Amino acid sequence: MRTIAIIPAYNEEKTIAEVLLNTRPFVDEIVVVNDGSSDRTAEIAKSQGAIVVSHVINRGLGASIGTGFEMSRRLGADVIITLDSDGQHDPKEIPCFIHAIENGADVVIGSRMINRIGMPWYRRVANTLGNFATFFLFGAWVTDSQSGFRAFTAYALRQIKIQTNRMEVSSELIAEAKRNKLSLVEISIKAIYTDYSLSKGQSFWVGVKTLAKLILRRMNQ
Amino acid sequence: MSIIQILIILFSVFAISRTVRQFRQGALTLAWLIVWIVFWIIVGGVTLSPQTTDTIAKLVGVGRGVDFIIYISIISLFYLVFRMFVKIEDVEREITKLVRKLAVGEAEEAREVKEAEEVKEFGSRRL
Repeated sequence: MRTIAIIPAYNEEKTIAEVLLNTRPFVDEIVVVNDGSSDRTAEIAKSQGAIVVSHVINRGLGASIGTGFEMSRRLGADVIITLDSDGQHDPKEIPCFIHAIENGADVVIGSRMINRIGMPWYRRVANTLGNFATFFLFGAWVTDSQSGFRAFTAYALRQIKIQTNRMEVSSELIAEAKRNKLSLVEISIKAIYTDYSLSKGQSFWVGVKTLAKLILRRMNQ
Repeated sequence: MSIIQILIILFSVFAISRTVRQFRQGALTLAWLIVWIVFWIIVGGVTLSPQTTDTIAKLVGVGRGVDFIIYISIISLFYLVFRMFVKIEDVEREITKLVRKLAVGEAEEAREVKEAEEVKEFGSRRL
């Protein structure tokens, strides 16, 4: 099974090298989607041997994942893993995702809400709101709809159509899994919260904007 | 006639002249030209005799004609904002498609170059 990791990155020169180094042993290929970074993210990723796909301008998380999916298709991936470039996820957990896929899942979501150790309370509240929004808009319930650590089969990739550009993509992917009747499994992951990774998350206003975009996405469905 | 009436009528005339100019430049279709001209004529007509709106207002159950116009205006504006929001989303999606095409094309090219170099290196080593 050819496993490819997609790592969307926007100005992550501080963490990208370590993330790539830790991810390398668990996958066949790494695709870094450099989303219009103005720092040395692309350069560092290239020197670490990753395939770098660069957006000329910043297009957001959804657009980056879409580009990563497109590249994975071209590279003939069987399993596609997405993870954050800020060091929040532990690549050592990638085999658990692959295991879930081998057991028949099409989409695997790494949930930080099953084992909530280290998650700040306001993050817990925000994530719960995100889950409710995903449930009421798309009828799909998961414990962590905003997680960036996920796995997909090539089949799932062919079915899922990403329309959103920014943070809305996390809920959209779950909605798409539901719409295409893919088998979705959640596994518990630990989130590594550092001041750095916390500063990279969604702020309150971004959250409100994300919700507005999701409502629009629902109307377009 | 009050000053506000004169101002609104003057503005309507100005708006119509602008619309006609846009149409001549090809920025507007004939259908939209007619829609806008009719709209501004109604605005001018209502300004000249505001009582006409009272009749419509009574018909739909709103107290005053002016209130009726304000309600309709707000609803239209909301709808327009929504339409623009949707349109912007469409444009954003199109931009993403373009950016993606460029990015993937470039990455594929870089990979091909790298592969060719590797083949060349391997070949020369064998020689």
